[in-house]
Amino acid sequence: MRKKNKTYLLYILPALLFIIIFVYVPIFQNFYFSLFNMNSYTDKWTFVGLSHYLNIVKDPIFYTALKNNTLYAVFSLIFQVGFGLFLAILLDSKFVGKKLKVLFRNIYFLPSLISITAVALMFYFIYNPNIGMLNGFLDMLGLGQWKTAWLANPNTAIYSVIAMSQWQYTGYIMVLLLVAIQKIPKDLYEAAEIDGASEIQKAFHITIPGVKGMLVATSIITVIGSFKLFTEVYVTTGGGPYNTTQVLGTYMYRSAFLFDEMGYGSAVAVIIFIITFTTSLLQIKLSNRNKG
Amino acid sequence: MKKKNTSFYINKIWINVLLWILVIVVIYPLFWIFINSLKTNQNLFINTFNIPTDPLFSNYVDAWNMGLSGYFLNSIIVGSISILATVTIGAFCAYGLSRVESKWKMMIYYLIIGGLLLSPQSALISLYRILEFFHIYNTYLAMILPYIAFRLPFAIFLMYTYFKDFPKELEDSALIDGCTTFTTFTKIVIPISKPILSTVSIMTAIFVWNEFLFAMVFLEDSKLYTIPIGLYNFKDALTTNWTVLLAGIIIATVPIIILFLFMSKSFIRGLTEGSVKG
Repeated sequence: MRKKNKTYLLYILPALLFIIIFVYVPIFQNFYFSLFNMNSYTDKWTFVGLSHYLNIVKDPIFYTALKNNTLYAVFSLIFQVGFGLFLAILLDSKFVGKKLKVLFRNIYFLPSLISITAVALMFYFIYNPNIGMLNGFLDMLGLGQWKTAWLANPNTAIYSVIAMSQWQYTGYIMVLLLVAIQKIPKDLYEAAEIDGASEIQKAFHITIPGVKGMLVATSIITVIGSFKLFTEVYVTTGGGPYNTTQVLGTYMYRSAFLFDEMGYGSAVAVIIFIITFTTSLLQIKLSNRNKG
Repeated sequence: MKKKNTSFYINKIWINVLLWILVIVVIYPLFWIFINSLKTNQNLFINTFNIPTDPLFSNYVDAWNMGLSGYFLNSIIVGSISILATVTIGAFCAYGLSRVESKWKMMIYYLIIGGLLLSPQSALISLYRILEFFHIYNTYLAMILPYIAFRLPFAIFLMYTYFKDFPKELEDSALIDGCTTFTTFTKIVIPISKPILSTVSIMTAIFVWNEFLFAMVFLEDSKLYTIPIGLYNFKDALTTNWTVLLAGIIIATVPIIILFLFMSKSFIRGLTEGSVKG
């Protein structure tokens, strides 16, 4: 028995080493780096204590980034989770045929399969002021006065990026909720029908309480995803125009790799870590409660 | 069965109309990109909404020859090594964890699963320095090693849950027959665990197919670029040649959709069990 146990521990070891070296070490190192002034060309480090953090909270771009991540989270909650739930309930209702249900589900799911870079480049073209699809439609509808350079106009840029992500991920969240709905025991609905409950009553009294766990999970995935945002913004606007679309991820990248202020970038990374880590802990706590 | 009244039909109509409108919202942009990828650049600037009368497939050939073939190959190399390593290392670890009897067991388990809570972005800067330290910056390994490390917690979580509930009688009889733990695992456990292994493989494939940030920061040489970063590079290289870029987007999109059509069940299972986006 003892010998077998040693073998099992040997099986565990490679994965453990991988995770420690490439996940834990960098994240802890990051805390340390954030206390220094450093760059990639010299090995001369100067200890600066918490001054990077003090500079970050004085930097207006940091607040723009924080605001944009929050906006992205709020819109994603409304569209992906809220509207996604609505769609999932419609798809599962008796008003949609069985074959159509599968067709709709697969089509709505499709955009989440395309890589974020490809979607971002597609929308870069769709939002193009001269030949883009959006301005073309506005012209056809006689709404030419609404036309704009969607990604270059500081008033519309961040909303254009947010809209793109809703197009890509609403179907994905909807599928997660749909799977949860289909796990609700059918006899609950039958009993409600005998009592004469309407479709809306059934949705509010059976379906929504029945998927509460998945609703919490998808909400938190959406919020965490909103604070990990990078590729969507980097490929479409690069944080511009005039830094109006910066998010924490692009702000960190810009500090560390474009301005070569690795210490400052590390401090931003620590802030991203704190936000995503506490949200994940919240997810675990809430999902355990829902199980019990 | 309740008699179907008018309100049933009214509901049926507006719901189906809404759902079909959303189908258009999803499909039309893709269709629009596709028709424009078949035009010459001049025609593109004249009209972006018509379907080209003589479709120009040379855009696809151009995109392929302008580097996409190399990016594809890189994605396949990086992807297959990452998948193979994640599944193998992850399966051994998950199996060991589910069978070991040790007071450290739960601590090790939480240490591994804890990796799920850590976002790759917060590791980016120090990872960059670690890769330089090991002299693997700007190599395939600079992507592969972090990819494996960041996919393992999720892979182990899925496989551990699966192995834990596995009936032990089969294994026990094999062990009594004199099989080693290794042959028991590879000959008995692995063959019955194909569904979970394919879920983990698909999840890893999607991750590598999508990953942008690590590939951008850890590579310098465009010969090593994977598809996402290669496509992004196209954006700058082809500012005057839109239609080739569009063809490139389509080429990069098709494989994962084909994979989905063949394996939609594994996809949806992987997504619902893990619920980890991007």
